[in-house]
Amino acid sequence: MKRLMKLSAAVAMVATLATAGTLDDVKKAGVLKCGVSTGLPGFAEADSKGTWRGLDVDYCRALAAAVLGDASKVKYVPLTAKERFTALQSGEIDVLSRNTTWTETRDTTLGINFAGVNYYDGQGFMVAKSLGVKSAKDLNGATVCIQAGTTTEMNLADYFKTNGMKYKAITFDQNSQVDDAFFAGRCDVLTTDQSGLYAKRTKAKDPSKYVILPDIISKEPLGPSVRQGDDQWFNIAKWVLNAVITAEEKGVTSKNVDDMAKTSKDPEVQRLLSKDGTMCKNVGLEPGCFANAIKQVGNYGEMFERNVGINTPLKIKRGLNALWNKGGILYSPPFR
Amino acid sequence: MAVYELKTAKKPPIKDSGIIFWIRKNLLSSPSNILMTILSLYILYIIIPPFVKWAFIDANFAGHTKADCTGDGACWVFIRVKLKMFIFGFYPESQLWRAKLTMALGALTVAFAIIDRVPKSVKIASILILPIVSFILLYGGVFGLEVVEPSKWGGLLLTLVIATVGIVLSFPIGIFLAMGRQSKLPIIKTLSVFYIEFIRGVPLITVLFMASIVLPLFFPEGVNFNKLARALIGITLFQAAYVAENIRGGFQAIPKGQYEAADALGLTYWQKMRLIILPQAIKVAIPNLVGTFISLFKDTSLVMIIGLFDLLSMVKLTASDRDWLGFDTEGYVFVALIYWVFNFAMSRYSKRLENKLNTNNRD
Repeated sequence: MKRLMKLSAAVAMVATLATAGTLDDVKKAGVLKCGVSTGLPGFAEADSKGTWRGLDVDYCRALAAAVLGDASKVKYVPLTAKERFTALQSGEIDVLSRNTTWTETRDTTLGINFAGVNYYDGQGFMVAKSLGVKSAKDLNGATVCIQAGTTTEMNLADYFKTNGMKYKAITFDQNSQVDDAFFAGRCDVLTTDQSGLYAKRTKAKDPSKYVILPDIISKEPLGPSVRQGDDQWFNIAKWVLNAVITAEEKGVTSKNVDDMAKTSKDPEVQRLLSKDGTMCKNVGLEPGCFANAIKQVGNYGEMFERNVGINTPLKIKRGLNALWNKGGILYSPPFR
Repeated sequence: MAVYELKTAKKPPIKDSGIIFWIRKNLLSSPSNILMTILSLYILYIIIPPFVKWAFIDANFAGHTKADCTGDGACWVFIRVKLKMFIFGFYPESQLWRAKLTMALGALTVAFAIIDRVPKSVKIASILILPIVSFILLYGGVFGLEVVEPSKWGGLLLTLVIATVGIVLSFPIGIFLAMGRQSKLPIIKTLSVFYIEFIRGVPLITVLFMASIVLPLFFPEGVNFNKLARALIGITLFQAAYVAENIRGGFQAIPKGQYEAADALGLTYWQKMRLIILPQAIKVAIPNLVGTFISLFKDTSLVMIIGLFDLLSMVKLTASDRDWLGFDTEGYVFVALIYWVFNFAMSRYSKRLENKLNTNNRD
């Protein structure tokens, strides 16, 4: 497998050297080819009419709005976890926005670049509200439902060992068996990535009876990625993500973006939205590129609340994904 | 002269006929049989009532949202709301008539093939025309039809496309491979044997992975074979090897005298094959062929692992809609029912075909 990965990376390098102009390709095709998940609640899912939506999907739409001026000009390519990097390397997609954890190995050996983080995930815990547990530190002696042979199992063991606590694991082969066992009351704690816990909670008969603890015991920064070797496209992918984060920080929304462009006194907002478009030109796009993305798709906060936020069935709190000045770690370098 | 009068037959005694006799003979004939009967009844008892309760009594049928599902049983509202996704996938709403028409034409072709009164020429013509018309209808791009990318095909439509293409294309390739394997020309024979044994030695899932993950790395940038096309090629090549083996079985079942008689008549190789051998060989091979076609129909669900949304993978996608989380069970039950209807129909048809073609030359 390792060797195959190296081979594929090598082939990808050669391929990317041959043509580097992803921006030109996208403009010529008039459509952005975006790799998404084959169905992950809140991140990439299809509604009953077959329209894609979700946090990862919204990033694709924002990128298309910035590059092509139209958020609907996206061709979604659903990819399994195994296919995703090949699809990016081989040019089947222009950008991969598929809840992919940014790790050193992936960033350096697969011929791809991560454009940033659009969701800080990590392994968390869900318990029944009736237990009255407020923090993972109170879980000493708990029984934990867990899927066998996953990294979550190892993270769990490490966490409890480090904190000098004991637990009893009940392992299952299938993901769905874990859920059933937990909701049937066979164990006190269910553990997996936090975003997954929120999705699982909606399957309970009465979701309000369960709480997701604030603690996160592993780092899973999820973000979009592009092919290595095309710096212009990399810049675009990076700064469109930064633009929607900055927009939230400065209070620019899809509703007020036109007004803000005219009336805002904040120099950074003016630079972000300006008509002369120095910032857009810097990344090689038409003036008004970031304003288009914000207007058609919204700022990061809007994307979050629309897809996974407290008013959706998933009811995810901002937590780590709040802005850096609001208690989270979401931080965009300045537009200057 | 004594006149023989017909007497009306007496009914057999009650202990040798009727339902009681049947029960005693088939269910209660020996102690072990009694035990098996009780065990079977018990198993049925623990399975069927809860299922009926879940699927019908406690189920919800009416409504439009998750909130309408209040009962403890199945939520069939989910299926109703997602029906378009299950049947047509992402096919655009405005162009849906094209997909529907294609399915109707497919059904018509099947009807032609089944009904005996339809002339053979119509049967063959409809089978030959269907793939072309279907492709034009589904894909578009000519006659002012908007292009609908294959990536938007999904659900049952995609399953049927994959299965039909796989079955129709693999058939002629399989015949040639089988002939190649029986051939006296060493190179052709070796190549055929090598191909058949190689393909039969790897799982379909491997072939699909090769087609979807490894192949693209060897294409130059920009040359992007459509994912569906790659899957179709993989499945066809895979299926051809199995068809070839079935046909070879047919070849070997034919008495040697048939070959010799054909040679004695001075027929060429192709005449011999077309007129004497193939018609008989295919007839013998039909039960096995249908068996492989049924397993191909089910194997199409493996395209899930390369991110195509066939009928089965549609369950996962529709059940990850944030408004409809947790309805996988209903989805899988519904999909299983569709698979069963198609496969059962195929199996009945093959049974009929077998009876019709049976000239008892094996007796």
